Amino acid sequence: MTDSRPQAKPLATGSSPSLEAPSHSGPIRAVKLKHPWRTVIAVAIIIFAVLFIIDASQRTAYDWPSVGKYIFDRRVSEAALNTLQLTIYSMVIAVTLGIILAIMRLSPNPVFKSVAWFYLWVFRGTPVYVQLVFWGLLAIIYQSIDIGIPFMQPWVSFQTTAALNTFTLAVIGLALNEAAYMAEIVRAGLLAVDKGQEEAATALGMTWFQTMRRVVIPQSMRVIIPPTGNEVISMLKTTSLVTAVPYSFDLYTRTRDISAETFNPIPMLLVASIWYLLFTSILMVGQYFLEKRFARGVGDRKPEKGERTGPFTGALTTVRDASTGSTALPIADKNGGDSR
Amino acid sequence: MNDVSHAMPMVLAEGVSKSFGSNEVLKGISLSVAKGEVMCLVGPSGSGKSTFLRCINHLEVVNGGRLFVDGELVGYTQKGDTLFELHPKQAAAQRREIGMVFQKFNLFPHMTALENVIEAPLHVKKMPKAQAIARGKELLDRVGLTDRMGHYPAHLSGGQQQRVAIARALAMDPKLMLFDEPTSALDPELVGEVLDVMKGLAQSGMTMIVVTHEMGFAREVADSLVFMDGGVVVETGIPREIISNPQHARTQAFLSKVL
Repeated sequence: MTDSRPQAKPLATGSSPSLEAPSHSGPIRAVKLKHPWRTVIAVAIIIFAVLFIIDASQRTAYDWPSVGKYIFDRRVSEAALNTLQLTIYSMVIAVTLGIILAIMRLSPNPVFKSVAWFYLWVFRGTPVYVQLVFWGLLAIIYQSIDIGIPFMQPWVSFQTTAALNTFTLAVIGLALNEAAYMAEIVRAGLLAVDKGQEEAATALGMTWFQTMRRVVIPQSMRVIIPPTGNEVISMLKTTSLVTAVPYSFDLYTRTRDISAETFNPIPMLLVASIWYLLFTSILMVGQYFLEKRFARGVGDRKPEKGERTGPFTGALTTVRDASTGSTALPIADKNGGDSR
Repeated sequence: MNDVSHAMPMVLAEGVSKSFGSNEVLKGISLSVAKGEVMCLVGPSGSGKSTFLRCINHLEVVNGGRLFVDGELVGYTQKGDTLFELHPKQAAAQRREIGMVFQKFNLFPHMTALENVIEAPLHVKKMPKAQAIARGKELLDRVGLTDRMGHYPAHLSGGQQQRVAIARALAMDPKLMLFDEPTSALDPELVGEVLDVMKGLAQSGMTMIVVTHEMGFAREVADSLVFMDGGVVVETGIPREIISNPQHARTQAFLSKVL
């Protein structure tokens, strides 16, 4: 490395006169490339959109006065709140269960592995609608829920219908189905973290649990959050299937029930859509901030400012010069290329 | 050379063997490292030197032989003639006293330099935060990174990252430091700064085992040099003597390539 530098310098200075072209100095001022088709297509789309909006605002089938009348109707806003609760509760359970299932699938324990695999097979392999109908029929399949030692008098026993209302069953149904998908997302996230991270944490004496919580999971979040945001939005809309339980106080079922009375379904569909869009927009903003939070340390790579800091004592510098410079040949150069 | 005590060695390997499937990587390694000794392990790729290093802190499980650190059997407890595997928590406790520095640094990318250094003292040693920060700053200062404490690893050069990694290992006050090719992933001009830090550490009396290709470092700093090839120790002795006058043909062949 020290040999090549003195040779390179005279070469660079020698070639510099040819670069001296005074007429080309200063910043480049060029005519920007025109994109005429971009403008044409944009104008066409705008015209089409404006015409569509004008038409939609006058079309009687949309019945905008009814939309305005029902959008903040108490029955609708309550149903919107129910939908939001269904989404949040089932996602919280699904993420927790998903993390557990993902860790089970990656565990060396064959029992855990098989159980997680079987769970995924069942819950990903059947439609969520079918699962929700099953949960609705739980009280018929299992009339009572007993807690105690098998084949003995139960300690506690209660009627299924009394213990689990349709809202709870809907949350369970949505959550257990979603957990199977979350498990795969979490697994992908955990696998994306470099093996060396776990090793470094282990070498520091951290336990498995500490390694997961402090080192592996925070890093896997970067991979986990974008598809999870997707799942939350998907879940918000899947809640419209809970009528299968049957739970009928969610946004879609409620607006459909109202339109069954008014014989005017289209404005109620618009009402439901507007609420869904509002929630989705809020969720997207939340996702943006979460992603920013977990991008610490891997965001934009700033070019390094300032000079490298030197070794910590002057005395050692001389020792190093003695070892790498004069005595033992430029070994650093030889090994630099040897990357194993 | 450091004062090598004749008391219990820091590391004692007795016929250590290790296989990955049918591939026998270590074929009976026996050696001893005294307290305060700096040992360099050299040898060609695949000679088993990194594997041996990883066995010392139980990152790899030994298949045969016995390995002791400071008189304590690594990975097992022995009662009579029976060995019992350690619970992961007990193994973690053993590792706390052994610092390890990796070829690829393995810094935690979501933490700043200082956060990397105080992580284990805070969460493993349960040290009070103020004390951990003070100690972390002191260690980063010692490796010459006073002005880089708040930087994330992605914003540090390779040499700086490796120095943070050394500070991170030192933060647990280890009695033994293992270096697994600490300079092999570095650009040539960054190697010196890492070797300087290691040299300072050796002079402070730390027991060190260094897997390296830096023969200059081995000659200047190490008390002993072990040449490994094909999973066995081929030659061991005083670095200067082995480098200038290797006895074994395989050692000669290797040294002629790296020097």
